[in-house]
Amino acid sequence: MLSRTADNLYWLSRYIERAEYLARILEATHRLSALPLAYAGPSNEWESAVATAGCAAAFQSAYAEPNEETVTDFLAFSLDNPSSIRNCFEVARANARAVRTALTMEMWDAINGAWLEIRGFGPARKSRDEISRFLRLVQESSLRYDGSAYRTMLRNDAFWFSRLGVYMERSDNTARILDVKYHLLLPAQQHVGGPLDYFQWAAILRTVSALTSYRWVYRDSVKPWLVADLLILNNQMPRSLASCYENLVRNLDLIGQAYGRQGLAQRQARAIRARLETSRMEEIFQAGLHEFITEFIADNNRLGTTITQQYLV
Amino acid sequence: MAVMRRATMDQCRGAGETPCQWGDLAMSSVSAQTTVPQKRTLSLVRRDLRPSEGPGPSGFDEMWGRDRLVRAPYSELAAWLDQIPPGVLDQRRREAELVFRRIGITFAVYGDSEAQERLIPFDVIPRILSAAEWDRLRQGLEQRVKAINLFIKDIYSRREILRAGIVPEDMVFQNPVFRPEMNGLKVPHDLYVFVAGIDIVRVDAETFYVLEDNVRTPSGVSYMLENREIMHRLFPDLFSRHRIAPVDNYPDELLATLKSVAPGSTVSDPTVVLLTPGVFNSAYYEHSFLADKLGIELVEGRDLVVKNEIVYMRTTEGLKRVDVIYRRVDDDFLDPLTFRPDSLLGVPGLMSAYFAGTVTLANAVGTGIADDKAIYSYMPEILKFYLGEEPILKNVPTWCCRRPADLAYVLDHLEELVVKEVHGSGGYGMLIGPKADKMSLAAFRDKLKCQPSAFIAQPTLSLSTCPTCVEEGVAPRHVDLRPFVLTGRDRIRIVPGGLTRVALKRGSLVVNSSQGGGTKDTWVLDH
Repeated sequence: MLSRTADNLYWLSRYIERAEYLARILEATHRLSALPLAYAGPSNEWESAVATAGCAAAFQSAYAEPNEETVTDFLAFSLDNPSSIRNCFEVARANARAVRTALTMEMWDAINGAWLEIRGFGPARKSRDEISRFLRLVQESSLRYDGSAYRTMLRNDAFWFSRLGVYMERSDNTARILDVKYHLLLPAQQHVGGPLDYFQWAAILRTVSALTSYRWVYRDSVKPWLVADLLILNNQMPRSLASCYENLVRNLDLIGQAYGRQGLAQRQARAIRARLETSRMEEIFQAGLHEFITEFIADNNRLGTTITQQYLV
Repeated sequence: MAVMRRATMDQCRGAGETPCQWGDLAMSSVSAQTTVPQKRTLSLVRRDLRPSEGPGPSGFDEMWGRDRLVRAPYSELAAWLDQIPPGVLDQRRREAELVFRRIGITFAVYGDSEAQERLIPFDVIPRILSAAEWDRLRQGLEQRVKAINLFIKDIYSRREILRAGIVPEDMVFQNPVFRPEMNGLKVPHDLYVFVAGIDIVRVDAETFYVLEDNVRTPSGVSYMLENREIMHRLFPDLFSRHRIAPVDNYPDELLATLKSVAPGSTVSDPTVVLLTPGVFNSAYYEHSFLADKLGIELVEGRDLVVKNEIVYMRTTEGLKRVDVIYRRVDDDFLDPLTFRPDSLLGVPGLMSAYFAGTVTLANAVGTGIADDKAIYSYMPEILKFYLGEEPILKNVPTWCCRRPADLAYVLDHLEELVVKEVHGSGGYGMLIGPKADKMSLAAFRDKLKCQPSAFIAQPTLSLSTCPTCVEEGVAPRHVDLRPFVLTGRDRIRIVPGGLTRVALKRGSLVVNSSQGGGTKDTWVLDH
């Protein structure tokens, strides 16, 4: 297939995945900020949301203060933020339009339909109801896109490249939320189980849609090291780093087999997966959670570059 | 945040440079003033479908004829329209619009950033041709396209038609669309035009005119195919009452045509690609639609690379050789090394591969010399010269303003005529005499005197009308027809019908989609 087509499919999936992640951050933050101060603590959740979305610098140059209104506007609707949900859908659709022939009707319909609806949310200030409707729409659109890809695409390189986009973006997002919140997950925190932290952890789990999964996996109250284990090492959990890498390796292998050639991307992905498979949470905490995550983010970005060089240009 | 996607907007900002070849259709004396007065406006009231706003005393309606009796091809449709409950058409029309919007069948209008993607209005009432009518059209189209191919070959080789004095030399050599690079080049199978869109208008039951030949990068065929699809979906009952020649084999016919003209050097199954200027081109939807239906790659200039006079595309598995390029990029933008150096849409070195004969371009470079509006007026003589036959399809009588006698006539009768720019398209830059005010007539008179050779003039024809769904109900609207003619090494293929365009504004003669025209499904019956 054309390199440009593969590139478009890859980024299309990344942007849809990114939009969904942003919608989850906003939803979780709205919930957290609605709690009484005694539960949520004094920290500014909205500032943390911007950091988790990875656009603190851009935000600071556009707004004076992070609060509900400015952050929601910036992450969801702003045209100045290249990674706002609205812009994610703009770019996703532009990519989709450029590769119409590589998409199934259902996938196009999911993207185009969502794009048309999202455009319907004008520049005017939105009520909480509208915002919540908007965030639901974004998540449903992402599900619909993903579902139609699963159900309707031929299992060939087009499908595999679009999957690579999903998992590269997903592992990046999970790593970033860990990066911002890691201090909350350190076992050194003594007031374990206090109401303040409980809601913080719950918010993290909500952002990766894993609050219910957590209980099923650990059958325990929310504990920080278990949250870290779930997000990093547990391969049952679809948004964990381990699960993302299982999928990245599988899809890269399928591409390699189809083309009859393995490359650097396959080797890098396998090395990262091996590290996730052989690590145990205790060791990670001992060596430093923050260092581990920082290193992972760098490795993940390196793999992204390799995939681009190997296939997409 | 991670890696920002490189800007997609800069990719093909220059892509608007390729105007899709929508012919411009304008003529007829019909205007609002000639409307037959009626007591009440027509609505979708049952059993009252006859046109209330008549096309005027001289107008020919394809359903009602001149004498307001249903013509044979429309008998079933008329009975059906008479039968259906009120509101059905309107409801189906809205349904169709919804579907089209969702599928994303849009086109861009240049200079209109608000409506960058606009929907072409679709009219749900089909336009119907009998088998006999179509048969004559088909023969005429084949004849015309054959002659066009012979003419282009001659112009770029022996130039017998110039030596015989049938077409004036300066009209060829001073024509900006003449490509000296093509002189003496042996193209595969001596064919230049593989895909032609010939615009046809009708003035009465017997007379069809060719209004314009489009032999560069004609567009519109995707609408022909989509219109049929949606009609099947919306009106299954209406289909069961008719036997209609299918059009959905067009992609197969096109692919067969393109494969048949691969360069002789091609060893195995030829690789065909569709070259588009990119997403900002007005016909991009069509490009992606066709590539999909044909199962070929939709490439942009940056996807292709030329090495040792061979064209390759960049794929995830490395470079892959390309044999046939169905290009929807204009000559000027094909290769910055040969043509416009500022073009970002093309492929550097493409022409070197073309000259080396390792790749087929469809259509060939330099075909514009045959669909120029001034050359058009010579088409009857061109046909006779190469084929020794009388044209089956007539030309609209045309005054070439470059001839002094014609110019004098045109200046004297400006208010009766339609004047067009020789190189214009899309219905822009023309004068419709009967509808123009004094100021614009005077302005055009000056333009004509200044640069007579840039213009041609034609009488205002009374174009046929077809019943059309409009806000007030069902009313006659002017139509034209663009059939698509495919020329392969083995034979000529034409799927029955084509794209009917309709001027939705009452009395209007401009069917261009960029100026408020719509489309209809075109049915060719089996009897």
